[in-house]
Amino acid sequence: MLAIKNLSAQVNGKQILNGINLEVKAGEVHAIMGPNGSGKSTLASVLAGREEFEVTDGTVEYLGKNLLELEPDERAREGIFLAFQYPVEIPGVSTINFMKTAVNQVREHRGLETLDAVSFLGLMKEKMKLVEIDQSLLNRSLNEGFSGGEKKRNEIFQMAMLEPKLAILDETDSGLDIDALKIVANGVNKLRSKNNAIIVVTHYQRLLNYIVPDFVHVLYKGKIVKSGGKELALELEAKGYDWIKSEVEVA
Amino acid sequence: MSKDNQILEEFTSREYEHGWTSDIEMESAPKGLNEDIIRFISAKKNEPDWLLEWRLKAYRQWTKMVEPKWPNVTYPEINYQDIIYYAAPKQKATPKSLEDVDPELLKTFERLGISLTEQKRLTGVAVDAVLDSVSVATTFKEKLAELGIIFCSFSEAVREHPELVKKYLGSVVPMNDNYFAALNSAVFSDGSFCYIPKGVRCPMELSTYFRINAANTGQFERTLIVADEGSYVSYLEGCTAPQRDENQLHAAVVEIYAMKDAHVKYSTVQNWYPGDKEGKGGIYNFVTKRALCAGENSKVSWTQVETGSAITWKYPSCILKGDNSSGEFYSVAVTNNYQQADTGTKMIHIGRNTKSRIVSKGISAGHSQNSYRGQVHVLKRAENARNFSQCDSLLMGNTCGAHTFPYIDVENNSARVEHEATTSKIGEDQIFYCLQRGIDEESAVALIVNGYAKEVLNQLPMEFAVEAQKLLALTLEGSVG
Repeated sequence: MLAIKNLSAQVNGKQILNGINLEVKAGEVHAIMGPNGSGKSTLASVLAGREEFEVTDGTVEYLGKNLLELEPDERAREGIFLAFQYPVEIPGVSTINFMKTAVNQVREHRGLETLDAVSFLGLMKEKMKLVEIDQSLLNRSLNEGFSGGEKKRNEIFQMAMLEPKLAILDETDSGLDIDALKIVANGVNKLRSKNNAIIVVTHYQRLLNYIVPDFVHVLYKGKIVKSGGKELALELEAKGYDWIKSEVEVA
Repeated sequence: MSKDNQILEEFTSREYEHGWTSDIEMESAPKGLNEDIIRFISAKKNEPDWLLEWRLKAYRQWTKMVEPKWPNVTYPEINYQDIIYYAAPKQKATPKSLEDVDPELLKTFERLGISLTEQKRLTGVAVDAVLDSVSVATTFKEKLAELGIIFCSFSEAVREHPELVKKYLGSVVPMNDNYFAALNSAVFSDGSFCYIPKGVRCPMELSTYFRINAANTGQFERTLIVADEGSYVSYLEGCTAPQRDENQLHAAVVEIYAMKDAHVKYSTVQNWYPGDKEGKGGIYNFVTKRALCAGENSKVSWTQVETGSAITWKYPSCILKGDNSSGEFYSVAVTNNYQQADTGTKMIHIGRNTKSRIVSKGISAGHSQNSYRGQVHVLKRAENARNFSQCDSLLMGNTCGAHTFPYIDVENNSARVEHEATTSKIGEDQIFYCLQRGIDEESAVALIVNGYAKEVLNQLPMEFAVEAQKLLALTLEGSVG
């Protein structure tokens, strides 16, 4: 589904990614871990097409297409979803209105009929259950005055609504207490299928107790320095990132 | 950054939709203004002597007045002798019914999406259509008459209901109130008149649609709404003009007189031609709108969505004279390219327990300048007056300006006056968030802007709100940053 080859990127002239190689197949869940400043969020942003990040080298192929050539909204309509680390507030626009616009533009792109108010509401009710989100929250201005947990649940709700092929969760666990974490993870797990893939970007192993990855990659100084199965995350948790750092420095 | 700028640019550079002209045979007065022209206009309309005298008196006062220079707008000197003050579609006789109206005229309004054929009209809206200086047709007149509601062109009101016109004309906006009101009083051509009798709730929205068609012509319409005790009416006003290189002057007066327990809602979607991207052409919109809440418990709400005009100078106001009366002002003013707007409201608290609420949302893009100017004046007698003002500005790009000029005068210690103001920019983060959900750039800007203006748009009647939303998006097309 996704093939990243030798990807390098910079922001404001500062090199952040230094030759990333990663292959993600349908049905897989990959965790990307790493210390602060290792480039995790940059990788997520580059995949979503954030403009401040300039790709200096490498290629990204997504479902046979050159991903880097697509505009951010085209990528989204092609099935790439980014759950934001810091979801953005849009005053006066309810989540419902926002999602209705998004879902219909995505459906149109996929050659499906746009949903009228009634069928949209039906779809919404169904997806709301996944993340145990209340409709009153969705009637409010998008993310405005939401708690940290509400914002993250709202992100996963949107993911459920848009049914992406490749979802990238950027530090979705940050700022969540354990109950909210379980709800969010639970929602994500219900959305896992053999047809889609998920990249979980996280600093801590904690989230991976609930969203169990097939692969774990450790990012350090803009490079994947170690890959393994889910046990790698546990090892990291036990030994700390210094273990990776020293291993890299020695090599 | 550069990309978002590009989005904004594209978004704000959309073309004006109503810039065409109709080929209608016109008759007009010669250019220029003097007492003979005023006599000509009055004679054309077969007006009674008292009205001619009223006009002449206004004209004589106007000649002694000077054009106001305090608004935060700049424009070249207007040559008042270079304007045509009267232009009317040539019709053989006054049309008795729609069948008698020139089909070309009907087509003009059809093209604007305003069908004057009643069966085709959206149910629930009666329209008075004004082209240049005259009212073309008024729909649903008979149906309204059954309830005693008078809704007709101003000229017809002068003929059919002189006692009402004589009593209320100038009662809210005196003829010498300001430079443009005086000019209007001297040369006003047509407009709408509306009277809602005691205790009657007008069952449909009343609406006036103004269209400037002729070149070099000023439009000076006058609207007078009288709401008798305990009555209710919701009134809509829309306007467009062709795309012309020269500036055209529009100086209108709207007067609302609300008696005891009366409630008037007045909504405007102003879409006069704003000029081109370089700031050439466009309408000078110098308008005086005022309501007098004369009776106890009366209430007047102004809602305006201002997207057009090269220059807007307009302060729909409420004089809260009756005890417990209340005034509201909800405004979205959008300026783009080289448009300039200086708009706001005045709330004059005279009676006891009077309340006012001001919600102003300015949106500036391109090289435009957008000013909110508002006054809250609580007079000595106004025990327990309450005012709340919220003035927000949204900036798109780095070359536009937003300004706020609030004036607060309180002469009674029991008053409570609150003022809140914010200035924000459309964030790249907000746009990226929308894009990442698959929403294209244009829809993203429309969504964000409409969200920002929601509190005001919510005040508009349903079908108008949808129009206004589209108009906002259209006006700003080409402009994020």
